[in-house]
Amino acid sequence: MYNPQLTSEGALKHLLSIEGLPKKNLLQILDTAESFVGVAERDVKKVPLLRGKTVCNIFFENSTRTRTTFEIAAKRLSADVINLNVNTSSQSKGEAILDTINNLIAMHTDMFVVRHSQSGAAHLIAQHLPDNISVVNAGDGRHSHPTQGLLDVFTIRRYKPEMHNLRVALVGDVLHSRVARSEIHALTTLGVPEVRVIAPKTLLPNEVEKLGVQVFHDMKTGLKDVDVVMMLRLQNERMTGAMLPSAQEYFKTYGLTPEKLSVAKPDAIVMHPGPMNRGVEIDSRVADGKQAVILPQVTYGIAVRMAVMAILAGGTA
Amino acid sequence: MMQLPDSEALLNEITAKIAALIKPNSVIVGIHRGGVWIMEHVLANLKQDIPYGTLDAALYRDDFAQRGLKTELQPTNIPFDVQDKHIILIDDIFHTGRTTRAAINELFDYGRPASITLAVLINRDGAQLPIQPQIVGAAIPLKPNQRFQLSQDSQGKLKLALEKKQDTSDV
Repeated sequence: MYNPQLTSEGALKHLLSIEGLPKKNLLQILDTAESFVGVAERDVKKVPLLRGKTVCNIFFENSTRTRTTFEIAAKRLSADVINLNVNTSSQSKGEAILDTINNLIAMHTDMFVVRHSQSGAAHLIAQHLPDNISVVNAGDGRHSHPTQGLLDVFTIRRYKPEMHNLRVALVGDVLHSRVARSEIHALTTLGVPEVRVIAPKTLLPNEVEKLGVQVFHDMKTGLKDVDVVMMLRLQNERMTGAMLPSAQEYFKTYGLTPEKLSVAKPDAIVMHPGPMNRGVEIDSRVADGKQAVILPQVTYGIAVRMAVMAILAGGTA
Repeated sequence: MMQLPDSEALLNEITAKIAALIKPNSVIVGIHRGGVWIMEHVLANLKQDIPYGTLDAALYRDDFAQRGLKTELQPTNIPFDVQDKHIILIDDIFHTGRTTRAAINELFDYGRPASITLAVLINRDGAQLPIQPQIVGAAIPLKPNQRFQLSQDSQGKLKLALEKKQDTSDV
């Protein structure tokens, strides 16, 4: 089957989504990222891999934090980085995006990091590019945000290396999350035997069970004996759609407090993709507590993004 | 067929030479993978404790653009400050000097060492850079289409084999 992310030899060509990524490529990214974790702790926080290459962060939708992590990752690989925030409001889809891309190709960009509010934007760009240019999807609509999914899995593997023995719970707005689906896919691909989702019915996609997860609507039973709690960001802007009664009500039922967390394993880790809504999906005592690995997630995010870019940039000369 | 030297005898040879070089602020760094195996043997046979680290020079290689990253990339782990240290850098085979060049560049990103000495099990000749090993177990020149392959069995015993090269690129 044609897979736009891979070359005919099965090497990574673009990173568009975790779905469709064979286990071999997934592991290659995670294993390579191990080598980049230490780079940030040295005197010179740079390796020369992408020296002389130009990486263009092209953001059709604002996301300062994601853009910053990609920028740091590219710079630590010694690439030259161009950040472009493109206002989409006046654009008629498709054609205008490709015009922008054509201009950047003419400027000899070697790699694109693309963020767009529409699903499939990164795919569209990938199909349009000449062979020697790669795309990394930095989030497209509700569809996919593969590097976030990868850094989450990398973080889990660092704290809980025995992945075939884990119980992982995803809590919150699975419906609107662009990471939950990739996350579930990556976890099952890497052999995690039990993935749970905990959310009110209104925040779960139809037929979520088909993703191979166990569904819970209650924190007490859902968090029982889990090793990893992955909180999802509650999209405040969705609250108005009558999907939820109120933030206070949500916190009471699904907000992660020390009391709710106490039914998980004592050494369970707590993750969150950021930015956190303190007092909505997570209590500050948990967010700043001993079990939280939310800031290490940010640190590992750089290493994972470096790994993706290094793999994509290699062997294309 | 060439008679290959016994790898244990070569290990003893370079261990003795390394031991003679050790100063108060010496450290040892092995280059993945063969160099790390050799380092482990050397460390076990030295009469003293000495700080050590491991290094994968892949991120500094000059052929990354052609070959990309190898999949079995190993993390570099230098658990000491390299500033003003006398580093004994260990690799299995010395050939073109390109791996050594990459390793030296990587070490300098950790700080400014006092000196770097290169120790190898075998010098097969063919330097393409002004770099030479100072400590050598054996000097055995090879034809361009031949190469040594060092392996380690489950008991930790090193084995040296002579192979025909699959590809002609410099390793």
